[in-house]
Amino acid sequence: MSETFDLAIIGIFIFSAIRLATPMIFAALGGMFSERSGVINIALEGLMLAGAFTAAVVTYELSNPYFGFLCGILAGGVLAFIFAITVIKFEADQVVAGVGINILMLGVPALLSSAIYDSAGSTEQIAKEFLLPDVFGLNVASILAFLLVPTAWYVLYKTPFGLRIRAVGENPEAADAAGIKVLRMRYTGVILSGVLAAAGGAYLSIGQSSFFTRGMSAGKGFIALAALILAKWRPIQVLIACLFFGFTEALAIQIQGSSWAKIGGEEIPVQFIEMLPYVLTIIVLAGFIGLSKAPKALGIPYKKEN
Amino acid sequence: MKIFREAIYPLIAVTAAFIIGGIIILIIGDNPITTFQLLIENSFGSVKGITETLFYATPLIFTGLAVAVAFRCGLLNIGAEGQLYVAAFATAWVGIKFGGTIVNIFGKQEDWSWVSLPAILLVPLCLATAIIVGGFWGAIPGYLKAKFGSHEVINTIMLNFVAIALVSYLTQYHYKIPGDPILQTAPIGDAATIPKLNQFLPFIPQDVALNFSFLLAILMCVFVYIFLWKTKWGYELRAVGENPTAAEYGGISPKKQIIIAMTISGALAGMVAIGEVMGFRHNYYHGFSAEWGFLGIAVALLGRNHPLGVFIAAIFFAVLLRGGIFVDAFTEYVSKDLVEVLQAIIILFVAALQKYTK
Repeated sequence: MSETFDLAIIGIFIFSAIRLATPMIFAALGGMFSERSGVINIALEGLMLAGAFTAAVVTYELSNPYFGFLCGILAGGVLAFIFAITVIKFEADQVVAGVGINILMLGVPALLSSAIYDSAGSTEQIAKEFLLPDVFGLNVASILAFLLVPTAWYVLYKTPFGLRIRAVGENPEAADAAGIKVLRMRYTGVILSGVLAAAGGAYLSIGQSSFFTRGMSAGKGFIALAALILAKWRPIQVLIACLFFGFTEALAIQIQGSSWAKIGGEEIPVQFIEMLPYVLTIIVLAGFIGLSKAPKALGIPYKKEN
Repeated sequence: MKIFREAIYPLIAVTAAFIIGGIIILIIGDNPITTFQLLIENSFGSVKGITETLFYATPLIFTGLAVAVAFRCGLLNIGAEGQLYVAAFATAWVGIKFGGTIVNIFGKQEDWSWVSLPAILLVPLCLATAIIVGGFWGAIPGYLKAKFGSHEVINTIMLNFVAIALVSYLTQYHYKIPGDPILQTAPIGDAATIPKLNQFLPFIPQDVALNFSFLLAILMCVFVYIFLWKTKWGYELRAVGENPTAAEYGGISPKKQIIIAMTISGALAGMVAIGEVMGFRHNYYHGFSAEWGFLGIAVALLGRNHPLGVFIAAIFFAVLLRGGIFVDAFTEYVSKDLVEVLQAIIILFVAALQKYTK
């Protein structure tokens, strides 16, 4: 009796962890393409929100989640393009511009949704049959996220495109000398990050939930960034880090209002579990768990010398 | 002429924000001119409007200065939000523990304090707590950068989340009055509070919360100016910001300066607690900050990392923040979220124009 009960709990847990990890897998893989090309991407949070909002509005208005999803990732790509222009063409500080994009995406969706739906910062509820469906108990977006991991690995390590992305992130001068268009590769990397992060955001609003609320990514973009750093900018490890964070989040949700998560009779406060990804990242960055080596040219604008 | 050159790019950014913002308002279906009038005019023309705006500006002056000092050393402190959170909680904690706080738990009186200090001791103790705890939280990423070379941007982002979770835990599990539905601590003792300015200046309306911390904010603008441009320490700090390698050849230790800059930066952010906890709410209320730590980045950028510029930029953003409430109430479609949009556009433009200012 108790054994089947335990198994059931473990099963629920794994599924819950996968669901919660899904948006982070998208965003972290996106961030990987941007950062591997040499552009720091603090804007993942804002890019996710762009996808989440657009997908929710389009899906609600047209009752088609696939079209909503597509529009969501398109919006992420467009926003990432704006971000790319500021940091690549104008050589703006990448972190400052990223902060700007994040704040923009707190304001714009709230401004538009309160104008369109007259409710402070959230969109209308989408009927269940128009949300991204489940297949074998998993959301199609989760399955897509999992398929994306080997794809990203293949693209990054086995294709000329991936080689070029990595080259401009490590040594843009040498890449330029070898005839690679450095700026064009960085634009591509950043736009790709917008598309993927927005896919994660779209899953939040039309997969996991059924509407958009202000700031609904709730720090997931930053956890994705943390996962990316923990994974040392490598796709397979990104998946593991995201699943781990998904697991801790599932644990945190389980603990709230339940009595079984106790150590020696003491309740574990949910806040300590929430802190875990962030504390881990600080520890890893300090080099206590192997050195986390960033792409060499990360954060440095490229100026072509004539 | 120098002032003109310093001011031209921030002015372009603000103008661009209002143009793009105006287009968005048109698309939404409201009138940009009346919206912008609502946004700005309520902050001027009356003593209440002006003093309310100064109250809104106070935390922004502190966080703007915090970000600016770090910037001058070549560091980006995105952690002002976390620094002001831990400082606010710690200040409230001292105000409870040393302020003779007695709480009423379901009709039963319980003494939560250790001692009840007089104001002459408790006020300085609380001031010091805000400054030291904020400074300590800022020093952590400074130390990590100096010692291990880990990027302060990532660490300050991570520490924001850690700080907010930590004080949320402490409030919820230890310092909230049982039965209180709001996530906030018990009140601090009366001896830990600082007065509102209308107690001394009767022309300020009674309902304006502007308090002594505003004067402290002005004092800090002067202090930061003197520190950065009139002392050897400030010179060394800026030298590292300009060119760490050259500074090191000149006998300045960049590592030491990084820790100093982040500590001062954190201490300035921590001073937000003085106005909020000691001067306004008289307890720690979870979620008290309207993202002032992040707004500080916009304030510092727009103010060109100069104390005078920071002061002006803080007033500007305070006008927008307060004006947002009127926009919310008196336009048909536009909400106060317009302020965030304007703020974001200003940040993006200032950042993009940076390379032309050198």
